[in-house]
Amino acid sequence: MSARENILSRIRAANKSAGNAGSDSARVAGRLSNPVLGPRPNLDWDPEEQFIRKSVASASTIAQTDSMENVPGLVNQYLTESGLPRSGVCWGEFSQLPWAENEIEMEFRPATGDDKVGVTGCDCAIAETGTLVLLSSPDQHATSSLLPETHIAVVRKRQILKTMEDVWGFLRERPSGLPRQVNFISGPSRTADIEMTLVYGAHGPYRVHIIIVND
Amino acid sequence: MEITSHQFKKTASLKLRDQKVQSALGKAKGKFVVARERAVKELDNLEEIRQAAADMRSHCLENLDSYLEEWEKNATAKGTVVHWAESAEELNSLVVEIAKRNNVKKIIKSKSMIGEETGLNRFVEGHGIEVKETDLGEYIIQQAGEHPSHIIAPATHKSKDDIADLFAEKHQTPRLDDIEALTREAREILRPHFLTADMGITGANFMIAETGSTVIVTNEGNGRMTTTMPRVHVAISSIEKCIPTLDDFALINRLLPRSATGQSISNYVSMTTGPKREGDRDGPEEFHVIILDVGRTRVLGSDLRDALRCIRCGACMNHCPVYQNIGGHSYGWVYPGPIGSVLTPAYKGIENALDLPNAATFCNQCGVVCPVKIPLPDLMRKLREKQFMRNLRPFAERLGLKVWATLAMQPFVYSILTRTLARIGKLIGGKKRYLRKFYLVGSEWTKQRDMAAPQGRTFREIYGERQNLSKKEDVR
Repeated sequence: MSARENILSRIRAANKSAGNAGSDSARVAGRLSNPVLGPRPNLDWDPEEQFIRKSVASASTIAQTDSMENVPGLVNQYLTESGLPRSGVCWGEFSQLPWAENEIEMEFRPATGDDKVGVTGCDCAIAETGTLVLLSSPDQHATSSLLPETHIAVVRKRQILKTMEDVWGFLRERPSGLPRQVNFISGPSRTADIEMTLVYGAHGPYRVHIIIVND
Repeated sequence: MEITSHQFKKTASLKLRDQKVQSALGKAKGKFVVARERAVKELDNLEEIRQAAADMRSHCLENLDSYLEEWEKNATAKGTVVHWAESAEELNSLVVEIAKRNNVKKIIKSKSMIGEETGLNRFVEGHGIEVKETDLGEYIIQQAGEHPSHIIAPATHKSKDDIADLFAEKHQTPRLDDIEALTREAREILRPHFLTADMGITGANFMIAETGSTVIVTNEGNGRMTTTMPRVHVAISSIEKCIPTLDDFALINRLLPRSATGQSISNYVSMTTGPKREGDRDGPEEFHVIILDVGRTRVLGSDLRDALRCIRCGACMNHCPVYQNIGGHSYGWVYPGPIGSVLTPAYKGIENALDLPNAATFCNQCGVVCPVKIPLPDLMRKLREKQFMRNLRPFAERLGLKVWATLAMQPFVYSILTRTLARIGKLIGGKKRYLRKFYLVGSEWTKQRDMAAPQGRTFREIYGERQNLSKKEDVR
């Protein structure tokens, strides 16, 4: 017998000897097709306010605007104020924005180890924890939010969902199902592995700047 | 990993006297406890969520075969190659096989406790393949040639100065004196490895049956690198990590980061379903998942099965007064603290870790903070019983317990004896009311401290008197 068969039959035998009825296939099928929604904490807050509060708590910075057209200007402002280079890589969906007019040299390709700034959108966001949800796809390179030292994310206000459970609703409705990777990002990369002291920029970005667009 | 739990007493005594270890543990202890306390306050219905999580994990275990089959079906449909390993050797060989077939020269690794269990790094390196640990703590430990002392903070026993010396020696760079600079140096050393490695190895915090996904929860971003940059990704997991649905993950993810690091959510939660898709410009070409048993099915069939609910948050050790003083290395295997005191004997044999279930005060702090309500003191008590039943305890201890049991079954003799002893105790205690030194029984105990002397009357005497009093009250 294969390792697989051995392990599965040992599980069945173990469950039986521990006095369980064993696997209940009807119950399993039921739970898979009708997932159990667990108890959730008090969610009595405004999603946008909570998203901002929690993002700031996980060391992201926030800018807000009412038009997508203003995004390159806000990116310029942030990079200039932070003393960062005004060049980077960006997801394809923002290729039509006026980057050059705002003195930003933007390329629309996956990031390499040398790129200093990565601009991404997001597929949705979670208010409860201040989390960006980025799905991998041919146009949405996972590297853009990972390799550069600065990650700038554009979030449309209507993309802010309340909880992670709401993200599952969004993903289950997607015709192509789950992408290769769903990345939940809450603030800049960090570590506390030396003397429990918090340091930003362990391997990923040192900074996450979020631009919320209310259009 | 070689088990050294039989040296528990010796190692623990050394660690208690080691100033460096004591100072590092002292710094860690308060931070973990305070951070968790603050984070769980965000959940107004913490107890309800804990109960739901415990029930969900028990439900998984009861139906584990079905969920694993469902997970495998959905993972395979997305192009994941699924392997099963009954033993540590099988898992290690599978990893090397995959590496060789893909002509892999360098592997980057994100932290995995299962890799520690099977001794994966040493095995892979033995086949001429380079392995780089990338979690900062694990990287430090790998450079130092040590084992992790904590499941989520592997280098917590090391001070900044230790690490500064280590980096200066291993990197051949000027000695740095600042934690931020040390972290940056590790980042700069590891970055080229992320970009050039052929294969990435990660663990998996969970496998989600509904979607055939694996999930890892990290803060540094090395997990994302490891799952995205190399052309081959191998995730190693074990059977009990399978959960039913995405919603069950959302439930457990409210508890895991809060219990572990005191965060509402870890920085990065990365859910992987299959290899690179058509048109994707990043991600691995091959994605393998190896599912390990090694002891799990045996524990599933035993009265210790509740321990398999564990989600590896580390809260039990962070809150354990014993762990806080002796640190993780004393426990002698992969998992320290209360959960280690159950898992080590359960996986490696009761006779190989006799001291672990006894190194507990049964204060139940571990049980109180466990996010999936594992009754850790009960499980340790069961292990103590097994040790006694199998005659694994020292002769004097067994004899002592037998004498006590015989006396306890003769209430009259017992009461005479305890009364006498209590009065003798009072006499010896004298004005200071302390007993300084025991002979034969309890001499180990009085080596460290004095015992408050009994003050004349036994519990049963006082209890009996109060019963009589209240009877009189009732009559009135």
